[in-house]
Amino acid sequence: MGVGILVEDLNAWYGTTHTLQDINLHIPANHATALIGPSGCGKSTFVRCLNRMHETNPIARATGVVRMGEVDIYKDASPVEIRRRVGMVFQRPNPFPTMSIYDNVVSGLKLNGFRNRRILDETVERSLKQAALWEEVKDDLKKKSGASLSGGQQQRMCIARALAVDPEVLLMDEPASALDPVSTSKIEDLIFQLKSQYTIVIVTHNMQQAARVAENTGFFLNGKMVEFDSTHKIFTNPKDKRTEDYITGRFG
Amino acid sequence: MDFQTRSMRLNNARRKVTNYLVSGLSILATIIVIVPLIAILFYLIYKGASSLNLAFFTHIPAPVGEEGGGMANSIVGSGIILLLASLMGVPIGIAAGVYLAEFGRGKALATAVRFTADVLNGVPSIVMGISIYSLIVIQQKHFSALAGGVALGIMMIPTITRTTEEMLATVPHAIREAALGLGVPKWRTAISVSLRTASPGIITGCMLAFARVAGETAPLLFTAFGNQFWSLKLNEPIAALPLQIYVYAISPYDEWHRLAWAGALVLIVMIMVSVTLVRIVANRGVLKGGS
Amino acid sequence: MLSTVAAAVTPAAAPQAGNAAASPIRDFLSRRGSGRLADASFAAIMLVCALSIFAIVLFILSILIVRSHLSLAQFGWSFFTRSAWDPVSGDFGALPFIFGTLATSFLALLMAVPLALGVAIFLTELCPQPLRAPISFLTELLAAIPSVVYGLWAVFVLIPLVRDVIGPFLVKFFGWTTLFDGTNFGVGLLTASIILAIMILPIISSLTRDIMTAVPNSQREAVLALGATRWEMIRIGVLRNSRIGIVGAIMLGLGRALGETMAVTMVIGNHPNISKSLFAPANTLASVIAGEFSEATSDIYLSALIEIGLALFLVTIVVNAIARLMVWAVTRNAPARVQ
Repeated sequence: MGVGILVEDLNAWYGTTHTLQDINLHIPANHATALIGPSGCGKSTFVRCLNRMHETNPIARATGVVRMGEVDIYKDASPVEIRRRVGMVFQRPNPFPTMSIYDNVVSGLKLNGFRNRRILDETVERSLKQAALWEEVKDDLKKKSGASLSGGQQQRMCIARALAVDPEVLLMDEPASALDPVSTSKIEDLIFQLKSQYTIVIVTHNMQQAARVAENTGFFLNGKMVEFDSTHKIFTNPKDKRTEDYITGRFG
Repeated sequence: MDFQTRSMRLNNARRKVTNYLVSGLSILATIIVIVPLIAILFYLIYKGASSLNLAFFTHIPAPVGEEGGGMANSIVGSGIILLLASLMGVPIGIAAGVYLAEFGRGKALATAVRFTADVLNGVPSIVMGISIYSLIVIQQKHFSALAGGVALGIMMIPTITRTTEEMLATVPHAIREAALGLGVPKWRTAISVSLRTASPGIITGCMLAFARVAGETAPLLFTAFGNQFWSLKLNEPIAALPLQIYVYAISPYDEWHRLAWAGALVLIVMIMVSVTLVRIVANRGVLKGGS
Repeated sequence: MLSTVAAAVTPAAAPQAGNAAASPIRDFLSRRGSGRLADASFAAIMLVCALSIFAIVLFILSILIVRSHLSLAQFGWSFFTRSAWDPVSGDFGALPFIFGTLATSFLALLMAVPLALGVAIFLTELCPQPLRAPISFLTELLAAIPSVVYGLWAVFVLIPLVRDVIGPFLVKFFGWTTLFDGTNFGVGLLTASIILAIMILPIISSLTRDIMTAVPNSQREAVLALGATRWEMIRIGVLRNSRIGIVGAIMLGLGRALGETMAVTMVIGNHPNISKSLFAPANTLASVIAGEFSEATSDIYLSALIEIGLALFLVTIVVNAIARLMVWAVTRNAPARVQ
């Protein structure tokens, strides 16, 4: 089961650049929420604020409240604890090149000290099945390195890796943008199936993708969240003219 | 018009001639450099090979005037000193490199450390030798393998720091992010992800530093001092291969000269092996490496 | 608006509400600590090791100053301007060694730099591709050969060569310069300079190559497009842009020459002597320490030698620092402008 995220007055800076301004929104649990907007509008930064990855950059700073369930992720927990509960899939697949497929998938467990062999084996199978990769790699789990798979397979393995730690929230930053159409549609199917178990936030450039997979959509522009509503509403009858301009392709 | 084209033609001819001249000069320079250097290398190998025998590796030097004998004590002695040096230099050097690459990115302190390490690499090894002499040998009132190990160990640190840092910098930031995103603490990420991915290159860097100090003589002149007999104690003077080569080379005894040539060959072979290994690992790393 | 949206959605009460089969993982992970202490200690240890680099420099500096205080106190600055070197009477002046170091380094650079540049130009611009790897491997190998091995070769091959072949040749054709007066025993400034040149050549050459390769191809193409010959392309498109870096490479070679000890000690003749003749035996700052350390029985003698070491340390640090700055300035930047 996933958990809902409440964001209040979130502001973020990279050095002196004010990348996010007064973001307020609620991301419902067990739903997929898409974030759309032109390049540089701050949607990636926003998503990175949700698991405090924003802080890995020394000149980055954030203020405001992000509440995951009952927990204020900035006040009540450390970045490391939050990231264990929130999975992240990046734009380009980033498997660990020195590890086998098996080790890659359970890296979130093994690197945190988990040793139980039986549960690790089960987790590998469960996660790879969830990521629709199991059939393709089940015979080579320990023989092949994570980096030897194709791009689409690597990304699905990264999704499996994120799911292996059984997160409550899954953040996806343009997960299919570096992939071919076949892999993209496989990943979209995945998201469709996973969203009943996790809360998914997906950043995408592709409006059709947002329309296909997400119940709710938020439109970002220049560091502000312009509009947030059900996907159907955003794409058929947006309230804000800027949203409408973006949707109809007048810019971005 | 005729005047112009003639001077233009002259100019072009001059430029062409200059071009060929320079090409010729640089080829000549390369030949002047390469041929004698190859000659030196072959001479060293020839003299060394003709002096080398099994006894070289198993015996200590014979008393002056007698034939036979070897440099077994020097080889073992070098091994001991280098082991001490590595125990000191490798951990500290790698740790400093990890700091520069993982924690110090962009900070002024890191730049200062990096620059100082580069400058330290250029300090003559004899200065290191007299410094350790002044620190340890004077205090203890005797030469020792330990002092030699410390001197060489300190020399290894700046080299290993820089190569470790450079190798860690080739690790793509994306995979560090992958680990951090999974909730792996920074220290664990540095060890299990960054160091592990860069390990072939880092090991290569350590090998390079090792090979470099293995041939150093000057720092050992005043620390290990050398020994004609077997010595395995850390608190006594100890023989070392380059040191004994020096002593034998400047001695008046032919038999010792023979040992010096043989020892030199052993050193050269060791250097060749490390340089070749470094090249292989470096090339493999580039072809195989991360995205 | 937010509160109504919040109320409309089922809140997950405890952060732990997950399905039963997966909970061992969530349990385990939630019990792991934040790793803050481990992170902080790890970072601290790494920092201390990094700071050790500074500690090493400070250590060398301080111990050399402390151990040379006798000589520093007794001779002051005149230590470096006087020509005395008499262990018996305890009178020490290091000028002959400064002369020896400067003379050998200068001569070595004179011989090595043109050749090194020629090799670098050949390897980067003119050399056919298949030859490049073997030649650069050879250069790397030669740069890695220890000083004592070069010294060994110099003692048994170079000294006779200088004594029997090179020396007479030079006297015959260049004797008028009075640089080759006096008896030629094969040891001395000339021999030391030759072996030094051989040793610093690979370094200068490979660094220059690195610098020249760092110049982007667009610079070369721009000059070629204007109708330049190959040499002109090299001169204008590459060398002009990397001037500073090449000077830096040469200075690094100088730094190495200044501190080179073993090979020089073995062929320079070990005599505290200032002479115009290149055949004369001499001593450098480094070789006098190596050669006389074991004979330094009195405190003042030892202190004088250590003071020489201090001087050597400071000089090489300065030369290397300037050289590194120059090389760094050229190799880190975006393509330099064509002047």
